[in-house]
Amino acid sequence: MEWTRHLLIVPILLPLVTGAGLLLIDELRHTLKALLNLASCLLLVATAAALMHMADGTPGEGGALSLSYAVANWPAPFAIVLVLDRLSALMLALTSILAVAALVFSMARWHRAGPHFHTLFQFLLMGLGGAFLTGDLFNLFVFFEVTLAASYGLLLHGSGAFRVRAGLHYIAINLAASLLFLVGVSLIYGIAGTLNMADLAVRLPGIAADDRGLVYAGAAILGIAFLIKAGMWPLCFWLPSAYMAAAAPVAAIFVVLTKVGAYVLLRLTLLLFGATAGVSAGFGGPVLLWGGMATIAFATFGMLASQAMGKLAGYSVLISAGTLLAAVGLGDTAVVSGALFYLVSSTFSTAAFFMLIELVERARAPGADLLAVTMEAYGDETDEDEVEEHDDEEVGVAMPGALAILGVSFGCVALLLAGLPPLSGFIAKFAMLTGMLNPSGLGSPAEIPGRVWLLAALIILSGLAALIAMMRTGIQTFWAPLETIVPRVLVVEVAPIIGLLALCTLLAVQGGALLDYTEAAARALHAPSTYIQGVLGTGHPAGVSR
Amino acid sequence: MELTLAIAIGALTGSGVWLVLRPRTYQLVIGLSLLSYAVNLFIFSMGRLTVGAPPVLGPGGAGNPADYADPIPQALVLTAIVIGFATTALLLVVLLVARGLTGNDHVDGREQR
Repeated sequence: MEWTRHLLIVPILLPLVTGAGLLLIDELRHTLKALLNLASCLLLVATAAALMHMADGTPGEGGALSLSYAVANWPAPFAIVLVLDRLSALMLALTSILAVAALVFSMARWHRAGPHFHTLFQFLLMGLGGAFLTGDLFNLFVFFEVTLAASYGLLLHGSGAFRVRAGLHYIAINLAASLLFLVGVSLIYGIAGTLNMADLAVRLPGIAADDRGLVYAGAAILGIAFLIKAGMWPLCFWLPSAYMAAAAPVAAIFVVLTKVGAYVLLRLTLLLFGATAGVSAGFGGPVLLWGGMATIAFATFGMLASQAMGKLAGYSVLISAGTLLAAVGLGDTAVVSGALFYLVSSTFSTAAFFMLIELVERARAPGADLLAVTMEAYGDETDEDEVEEHDDEEVGVAMPGALAILGVSFGCVALLLAGLPPLSGFIAKFAMLTGMLNPSGLGSPAEIPGRVWLLAALIILSGLAALIAMMRTGIQTFWAPLETIVPRVLVVEVAPIIGLLALCTLLAVQGGALLDYTEAAARALHAPSTYIQGVLGTGHPAGVSR
Repeated sequence: MELTLAIAIGALTGSGVWLVLRPRTYQLVIGLSLLSYAVNLFIFSMGRLTVGAPPVLGPGGAGNPADYADPIPQALVLTAIVIGFATTALLLVVLLVARGLTGNDHVDGREQR
């Protein structure tokens, strides 16, 4: 095995070691901790880039590639494996870039608002890296729990009654979801006798007809656990308030958490119930499609009804979750490819929006909305925070022309969320709609079913609603106030927002490169045999049942 | 044995679900604990119920696999118990903080009027 294969374990080991090491450093040495954390995140970006290159490595043929890494050097399916393919590499890259942005933003003041921010941050990255790489259902559960445990801590970061209340709901719901996860996993194990995803895909078509119902029940229960995390209607009511309560950098990194649910659903539905699954092919597809559409509709109304900007951002997370789920449910290669592009673009733009909100709130008159009221109340309650805010007055370089920069960024985010040209949101939606309306390629007209028209209409309408809601908020914030308060904004706070928006611009300019990549990833997902061979070896007999 | 176990899991799940839907934070914690016991028993039963069968191979070699219990569900239960412990402890801390900050033990932080 060449040494590059060992890169597969870096996204898990590096954050684990860094996070544990950071525990040993005194809590008062914020800068040192932040710099170590940043170094680790940057290394993760480099690793993710290398992994993306590796996953995309097969020259010619455009063929799929999946690399597996036996963690304890026992052969699959008997031991734990990590599996890398284009999709997981893409998700890793997305997460690490987002982590850098959120971390830089937090260095202005948030990382000092409570203990162990950096450790929790690294553990969150470890859980995410593991969840994207694992090839085993139970390990997926373990990494999910690592991610969630860290996210509980991060959601409560900064404390305050509002956050604790939202955190309590968030923890209770996720604990219940984890229990469903366990029930689903054990049901599937009880029938199929394996937890390895590739092995499971091989064995499923051979399951006796009498037992198939139990496997379906297990898969459905498992699916509900993921749908709670992905935020499908009607399992999503916890999401907007939890995300609104989280500190801005935390909310920014949380944007990727809902995408983990969508990632797992994409992987498992196409692997286990894809074209090779025989009688089980397409199981769960309609639920995802209609559920996704219901989510888009719900979030569209939610967006139009939100007064607070945090809620607006929370609902835009839901819109992107619904769009992704519906695209997964449709299961068409071109649509999935567009959806992956949309995933990248919407994650960056929503994360930028969450960070932007915090800065824009400073420009609003106190008590302008509910969130501001709560923030004020929270600020008055804790004395330490006041002290810290005074500290801020002296340190850091203030940004000149703050209001102009915030306004332009806000406009960019609005364009991205609405999916208007010239930014990448447009390309993402365009790619998805093209896939939907031309299933057999351009120039060869095909019969479009009604549900696809409905989904296309919903995607466009949700963009319109996003535009209306963003314009209304933008006018209230930047144009309507009689006396403008120029917020004091630091360079480190604006830099990550501009960075993420610049990435979205780059995605628009260089959209072809990423679309080629996502198309290859989508093709590989629709041909699970490559994944299975990558894990179990080429000589594995297909269709073996217990 | 199957019937006893099934009734036990059902009773634990039923009480757990009812408690989770109650408005007090303490009921929530107990409900989630009961649910996790039920789930642990359920995972265990997925390895099929056997009496007096060891999950680890003896020194004399493999022998007949039917003489052994499935070790994987037992390992899974162990992991699930540990994770359940940790998250319940965390939930307890949050519960106490919520009690301190809001002054009551309602899950929404205020009494319903």
